[in-house]
Amino acid sequence: MVIPLWMYLIVAASIFSIGVFAVLARRNAVAVLMGIELMLNAVNVNLVAFWRYSTTDSSMGGQVFAAFLFVVAAAEAAVGLAIVIAVYRNRRSVIVEDVDMLRW
Amino acid sequence: MVVQYLAFVIFSAFAIIGAAMVVWSRNLVHSALFLVMSLFGVAGLFILLSAPFLAAIQVLVYIGAIAILIIFAVMLTRSMTAIREPFNAQSWLGAVIGAVLFVALVAGMILPVWGWGSLPTLPQSDVVGTTRDIGIALVSADGYVLPFEVASLLLTAAMVGAIVIARED
Amino acid sequence: MNFMDPNLFLWLIPMGPLTAFLIIALATNRARLIPATDPHYGGHHPDYDGMRVPVVRDSSRVLSITIALSGIVMAWILSWRAFFAARALPHFGEEVLGSQFNWMSLGRGFFNIGVLVDPLNATLLFMVPLAATMIFVYAIGYMAHDPRQSRFFALLSLFAGAMLTLTVSDNLLFLFVGWEVMGLCSYMLIGFWFEKESAYKAAIKAFTTTRVADVIMLLGIVYLYALTGTLNFRDILWNQATLDLLTTTPAILFGGSLSAAELIGIFLIVGTIGKSAQFPLHVWLPDAMEGPTPVSAMIHAAAMVSAGVYSIIRVFPILEAGMNPHVGEFSASMLLMVIAGGFTALFAATIAVAQFDVKRVLAYSTISQLGFMVAALGIGAYVAATFHLITHAFFKALLFMSAGSVIHGVEHGEHHAHEHHDDDDDDEEHAHHHDVAHDQDAHHSDHHFDPQDMRNMGGLREKMPFTFWAFLIGGLSLSGFPIITAGFWSKDEILADAWLGLSHGYAPQTFVFIMLAISAFLTAFYTTRQIGLTFFGKPRSVAAEHATLGAPIVNVTMVAPLMLLSFFAIVAGYVGVPKEFPILGWVFSRQGNPFFEMVNHSLLHPTPHPYFADVLPAVFTSFAVALGGIGLGWLIYIRKPLEAGQQDPLINFLGPVWNLLEHKYYIDELYVILFIKPAKALAHVTSEVIDRGVIDGFLHLVARTFVFLGDLIKVFNAWLIDGFGDAIPQGVGMFGEWFRRVQTGRTQQYILLTALAMIVIGIIFALSVGMLSAQAVGF
Repeated sequence: MVIPLWMYLIVAASIFSIGVFAVLARRNAVAVLMGIELMLNAVNVNLVAFWRYSTTDSSMGGQVFAAFLFVVAAAEAAVGLAIVIAVYRNRRSVIVEDVDMLRW
Repeated sequence: MVVQYLAFVIFSAFAIIGAAMVVWSRNLVHSALFLVMSLFGVAGLFILLSAPFLAAIQVLVYIGAIAILIIFAVMLTRSMTAIREPFNAQSWLGAVIGAVLFVALVAGMILPVWGWGSLPTLPQSDVVGTTRDIGIALVSADGYVLPFEVASLLLTAAMVGAIVIARED
Repeated sequence: MNFMDPNLFLWLIPMGPLTAFLIIALATNRARLIPATDPHYGGHHPDYDGMRVPVVRDSSRVLSITIALSGIVMAWILSWRAFFAARALPHFGEEVLGSQFNWMSLGRGFFNIGVLVDPLNATLLFMVPLAATMIFVYAIGYMAHDPRQSRFFALLSLFAGAMLTLTVSDNLLFLFVGWEVMGLCSYMLIGFWFEKESAYKAAIKAFTTTRVADVIMLLGIVYLYALTGTLNFRDILWNQATLDLLTTTPAILFGGSLSAAELIGIFLIVGTIGKSAQFPLHVWLPDAMEGPTPVSAMIHAAAMVSAGVYSIIRVFPILEAGMNPHVGEFSASMLLMVIAGGFTALFAATIAVAQFDVKRVLAYSTISQLGFMVAALGIGAYVAATFHLITHAFFKALLFMSAGSVIHGVEHGEHHAHEHHDDDDDDEEHAHHHDVAHDQDAHHSDHHFDPQDMRNMGGLREKMPFTFWAFLIGGLSLSGFPIITAGFWSKDEILADAWLGLSHGYAPQTFVFIMLAISAFLTAFYTTRQIGLTFFGKPRSVAAEHATLGAPIVNVTMVAPLMLLSFFAIVAGYVGVPKEFPILGWVFSRQGNPFFEMVNHSLLHPTPHPYFADVLPAVFTSFAVALGGIGLGWLIYIRKPLEAGQQDPLINFLGPVWNLLEHKYYIDELYVILFIKPAKALAHVTSEVIDRGVIDGFLHLVARTFVFLGDLIKVFNAWLIDGFGDAIPQGVGMFGEWFRRVQTGRTQQYILLTALAMIVIGIIFALSVGMLSAQAVGF
C-alpha cells in the first residue's frame, strides 16, 4: 500500500516537536544543538515528502531546497559548536543557563 | 507494498525513538549516538521518498560530519562533575510546548488538510530524484545556480567564522 | 486789584512775616556738621559729645535775619499805614476798613472770610508790629551764638504772622486759625532748646493746657455758627437782630438759666482762660520761661496772651448778653470774667512775691496783669481793658527784654569769671571775692550755676546801666508809678470804672476794685523787690561781677529796642488821659480822651464815660497803692540791699506762708495727681492692655491661624499632590524594576517565550482562517 503523505508529515512533526523540546529543556549546550539538528532534519523530511507527493511538474525544487538545508545545517552546526568551545574555554562550563550576562 | 510500509515503520521508529532518546538520555555521548541513529532513520525515510542522493548526503554530511563534530564537541567540553541534571527548570513548560506544538500541527493542520482533506495524499508518479537531476538543477542557469553560489559563500563564511571563534586567543 | 486801596492791602499785613517764615524754613536754614564738643554748639547737651551735630551756616544766619526783619518791618509799615488810614475815616467805628471774599459755598449760602480794621483792631495794629519788630531786633543779638538761629527766626516770623492774621481777621474762624498757629509756634519756641528736658516738657505743658481751653472755645464758635449762621464780627456784633437772637434763645446746656449768648460767652472765655493763663489754666505760663527770652517777650507781652484778651474784648457784645453792667446787670459770662480775672490777679501777685527767678517773677506778673484786663472786661470797662492791653504789651515786652539782657550779661560774666579765675590768683583787686569765688567753685561742683536766679545778681546798676534804666522804666510802668508812666493811666482807668460801680453799690465792681487794688499794691512791691535784688547793692556772685553784654554789635541790637520800648512805656499812656485831669487833660485830651473816643466807637452801644469827679477816690487809690508798694519794696530791698548768702527777709516775715507762695500753692503737684497720673494710667491701659493685648493679640491670633492653615495645606500638598505626582514615576519605576526580570539573559527562556507566542499566533491564525474548527478538533 502506498504510504499516505500525512504519515510522513506526522513523523516530521514528531521529530520536530522532540527537537523543540530538546532545545527548550536541555541544560547542556551541545544537547541544545542536537535538538536544533533534529528540527532541521524534520524540516528536511517535510520538504522531501512534499516534493515526492507534489502534483506539479517534476522539478527538483524540493530536493534542492533540502540540499541547501543541509548546507545551512552544517554551517550552523560548525559555528554553533565553535561558540560552545569558546564559551567552554572561558567558563569551563557548557550549561546554557549559566550564560546569562545579557540579563538585566 | 507491505515491504514499503514495513520499511516505513522501521525507519520512522528509528527516527522518532532515536530523537526521543537523544533528548532523554543523561549521558551526552549516548545522546550523540542516538542522534546518529535518528539521522539514519531519516536517511531511510529519504530513500523511501525516492531521494537517494539526499539519503546519501544525509549519511555523509549529517552523520559523517555533523554528528561527528557534535561528538567531538561533547568530548571537548566534558566537565568534572559527572552526574548532572539533564533538564533545566523550564523543562516541564518545554514539554508542554512540545506537546502542544505537536498536537496543533497534527490535529490542526496535517490531518485536516492532508488527512481527510481534498489534497491528494498519494504520489502521482514514480519519479526518482537522481543525482543527475539534482546536479543539473543546481548548476543550470534557469535552475538553482544562484542559491548554489550563495550557499558556498555561506559555507565559507561559516568556516571562517568557526575558526575565528574557536581559536585560542 | 488795586493794592493802594486801604481796604485791600490789609491782606498783605500778615503776608510779610508768613512769607518770611516760608522762605527761611525752606531756603535759608542750611547747616554744617560739627562735633558736639565744638564751642560753636554752645554746649547744649552733654550727651551729644562725640556726635556730629548740625549748626546753621553763617550765610544762612545772615540771610534769615535779613528776611525775617524785612518781613516784620513790612508788616509794621503796612500796619501803621492801615492804622492811620483807618483813623482818617470819618465816623471811624461805624465805617471800617475791610474786604471779604467767598471762601466756601455751604448749604446755606457762602462762608466769607476777610480782613477788617475797626478801632479795636487799629490799636492792636499799632502795637503788635512795633513790639514784634523790637523783639526781632533784640533776638538778633540774643540768639547770635545759637546753633539754630535760622530756625528761630523762621518760627518767630510764623508767630508774628499768625498774630497779625488773628488781628486783622474779620471772623471768628480766621481768628481761631491764627490762635491755633500761635499755639503751635509757642510749643516750638518754648521747646526751642529741646535738648533740655525742662524745655520740652514745658512746651508740652503749654500746648496741652491751652489745647484744653481751645477745644471748649471751638465748641463755643461752633454753637455760635449753628445759631446764627455766620461768624463775621460785623454781622454779629453790629447787628442788633443777631444779638437779640443770641440773648433770647435759651442755651443748649443749662437752658433754664443761661441764654445762648451767655453759654457761648462762657466757652469763649474758657479759651481765653487757657490762652491768657488765668486760674486754673495758668500753670503753663511760668514754665514757658524755658524758652529764649525773645520768645517770652513775644508770647507773654506782645502776642499770645494779648490775643487771648483781644478775643474776648472783641466779642464783648456777646458776653454782655443784653445786660448792662453799668447799671448792675451782669450776665453769667461777665460774672465768670470778674471772678476769674479778679482772683487770678491777686493769686498770681502773691506768688510773684516769693519767686527768685527773674523771669518767673515777670511771668506771674503777666498772669496778674491779664487778670486785671479780664476783670476789667468783666465789669464792662471795655476801653480800659483795651488800654491796659496796649500799655501792658509795651512795658512787659520791655521788662522781658531787659531781663533777657540781664541774664545774658550774667552768663557772659560767668564765662569771663572762669577765665579770670584761671589766670590770676594773687591780684589785689580780685582778692576780696576770692572767698566768693571759692564758694562759687564749691557750688559749681555741686550744682549748675543759674544765671536767672536773682540771688546770684546784684550791683548790676553799674555794670549794665542801659539795661538798668530800661528795666527801671518798665518796672515803674508796671507798678503804675503815677503820672509819668503809661501803666498808671491804664490801671487807673480800670480802677476808676470799678469805683464807679462800687459807688453804686454793685457787688462785682466792688469785688474787682478790692482785688485789683491789693494786686496793684503787691505788683508795685514785688517789682521793686525785683529791681532791688537785681540792680542794687553789691554783686553777690563772680558772674555778676563780670556781667557784660559782650560784643558791641550784640550790645546795640539788644539795647536799641529797649530804648524805643521805654519811650512807649512812658508815652503810650498819654493818649488815654481823661479830659478833666488837671493840666495834663488840657494838654493831651482837649476834645476828650482820644483813646477812649476812638475805641469806644467800635461798639454798637458805646460804654458810658465816667466823669473824673466821680472817680477821684479811685485815682487816689491808684496813687496810694503804687507809691505804697514801691516804698515798701524800697524799704526792704534797696535801702539795705541783700548781701551774698543772706536770706530774703520776707522768708522770716511770712514764715510758713512763704513756702506756700514759693511753691505756687502746690497747684502743679495737685494737677499731677488729679490729671496727669490718671491720664498716664489710662494711656498705659490703652497701649499695653488694649492695643498690645487685645488688638495685637487678635491680629497675632489671625496670623497664627493662617499660618496653621498654611501648614495644613502644605502637609496636604505634600501628602496628596506630591504623593500623587511622585506615585506615577515611582509606579513606572516599580513596574520597570519588576518587568526587567523578563530579561534573564538565558537564551532558552527566550526561545520558550517565542515558541509560546508562535503557538498562540498560530492558533489565532488558524481560527481566523477557518482551518481549525471545533468540529475538526473534536474528531
